[in-house]
Amino acid sequence: MTDNAHLLKQHSFVELGARQRARALLDAGSFRELIDPFARMTSPWLPKQGVVPQADDGVVIAKGSIGGKPVVVCAIEGNFQGGSMGEVGGAKMAGALELAAEDNRKGIPTAAVLLLETGGVRLQEANLGLAAIAEIHAAIVDLRRYQPVIGVVAGSVGCFGGMSIAAGLCSYLVVTQEARLGLNGPQVIEQEAGIEEYDSRDRPFIWSITGGEQRYASGLVDAFVADDVAAVQQHVEHLLHKGKPEQERSSQYALFLQRLGQVDTTTQIDPAAVRSLYQGEQP
Amino acid sequence: MSSYSTRGLKWFNALAANAVEVTGLPTSVKAADGTMGDQPARFLAVVADPDNRFPRARNGEVGLLEGWGLAHAVDTAIELDRQSENKRALIAIIDVPSQAYGRREEALGIHQALAGAVDAYARARLAGHPVIGLLVGKAMSGAFLAHGYQANRLIALRDPGVMVHAMGKASAARVTLRSVEELEKLAASIPPMAYDIDSYAGLGLLWETLSVSQIEEPSAADIRAVQECLTAAVKDAQAGGNDLSSRLGAPNRSASSKVRELLRAQW
Amino acid sequence: METLSFEFPAGQPPLGRALVGCVGSGDLEVMLEPGLPGKLTIQVVTSVNGSSARWQHLFERMFDGQMPPAMSIDIHDFGATPGVVRLRLEQGFEEIGHD
Repeated sequence: MTDNAHLLKQHSFVELGARQRARALLDAGSFRELIDPFARMTSPWLPKQGVVPQADDGVVIAKGSIGGKPVVVCAIEGNFQGGSMGEVGGAKMAGALELAAEDNRKGIPTAAVLLLETGGVRLQEANLGLAAIAEIHAAIVDLRRYQPVIGVVAGSVGCFGGMSIAAGLCSYLVVTQEARLGLNGPQVIEQEAGIEEYDSRDRPFIWSITGGEQRYASGLVDAFVADDVAAVQQHVEHLLHKGKPEQERSSQYALFLQRLGQVDTTTQIDPAAVRSLYQGEQP
Repeated sequence: MSSYSTRGLKWFNALAANAVEVTGLPTSVKAADGTMGDQPARFLAVVADPDNRFPRARNGEVGLLEGWGLAHAVDTAIELDRQSENKRALIAIIDVPSQAYGRREEALGIHQALAGAVDAYARARLAGHPVIGLLVGKAMSGAFLAHGYQANRLIALRDPGVMVHAMGKASAARVTLRSVEELEKLAASIPPMAYDIDSYAGLGLLWETLSVSQIEEPSAADIRAVQECLTAAVKDAQAGGNDLSSRLGAPNRSASSKVRELLRAQW
Repeated sequence: METLSFEFPAGQPPLGRALVGCVGSGDLEVMLEPGLPGKLTIQVVTSVNGSSARWQHLFERMFDGQMPPAMSIDIHDFGATPGVVRLRLEQGFEEIGHD
């Protein structure tokens, strides 16, 4: 197949909304949404600040199966308020993960897939967003003991702020070329540290540091897939069936501290150095 | 003269006065094993290290070394007590101005380092260690998520310098396209937007708030009062579950409970 | 932000309900549900203030010459152009299976 023919056959995952993404990953006919938009569980805080709410608060919770395995999918809508986490959306995700862990304690092997398109805390709900993110973290670490929690950062928003820590807690991470993953947004870093440190308008520079390809080459994510519905679905299904990893990435402090000990911090770092530090042969 | 807060270090030194320091950690991560009454405890703090190899983390920010260093300090406590019935309490002394902002930090995956700290604290709590967060200064955003926010119980000292927030005022104003004044006005009527500890307490996330006489240089009476409060928090955590459900229930956070009710009903 | 209400004569209620769109920049979310026979009610929450007449005009033109189904419609608008509003509404009508 030529490249063009392949592209024509491809169905973009990135272009899908949160609900469509969840539907696309779940086995046909198994999608069942919890607290759907018609429940009108909207943000109690946005209208008070003159901001139009969305009926699902930007988070879709869907139960179903993937390859026959029971899962709950939590999908963030990146187009609503930059995918920011408010009280309701945050509680939807935390609560769903808590119930999935409870399922496992009752013998039901529910796993979770998180579709992460988010800038982190929704600043209009500041401390309630932050609190919800702490609870999402807690629930991931709990559920991860029983079943894999798979994070997907497809793009185009990427995954930042406290939710990048949630990504870091996932058993496995899947990214595309369109993904970016980092703690701090480029503008905030530039503002705090100066343009010499981080030029937020230099797009190639930003992508070379936080882009999906670099994260994969540095071993900070597990799979780098094409922006194609079938490809994302297959990778998620594959990882679900693989089960829990031998050791979670976030538990490997000894390895990371050892590697960080080798970084020369007298000069600035470049992407190639990160790749070889984390993936290269060690003495 | 210093551009950084020393509260965290002072409270660490005060509470861990007779404790044995844990070695092998980055200079900016302090940990020591001691007791509170008959309860074994590991005290933990992130402190400023002006000579930090990572220049963007010299003022007490939580960066790469601090995230993974906390993970190390907490995980070794879990390992030491693996066979023990009486798990040592983990007392996170919180005075963290922010996460570290820098090129090295992003490039080397600071999000993963902070996940390392969260991972260890959450595992400790699930393993049965009472984890208590003591807020003595700033508890900002990612730094707080990494150091303290996984605690079973949170205690805040009542002081204008003790604040919890997702972003500093100037940055928050810029991102939400408001002036700092507008932001402050909004914060006065929207509790989750506020920076003061009483508004934060109104969200139901704190177990206790406590007044002390000299927060910068804790007096003997201050230390005693905080120790008593910590001991009570440990007992309460031991009596309760090892999840974070005790944070739910405040009227200003009713949607968080409502969502969980609906999810459970529809699950 | 303002909240506006509209009402139009309508036919019979549809069977299903539908949601289209998203509260993203230049877009809107439209929720369509069966209403009381003979009545179409629309509630608009919009980020654009002072736009009541424009919405009224847009709806009138859309329902001109064809009786809409009886529905209760909720709109969350984030500055969508009339073209986008029309597109979303048509999409919504199609999804609830009314012809």
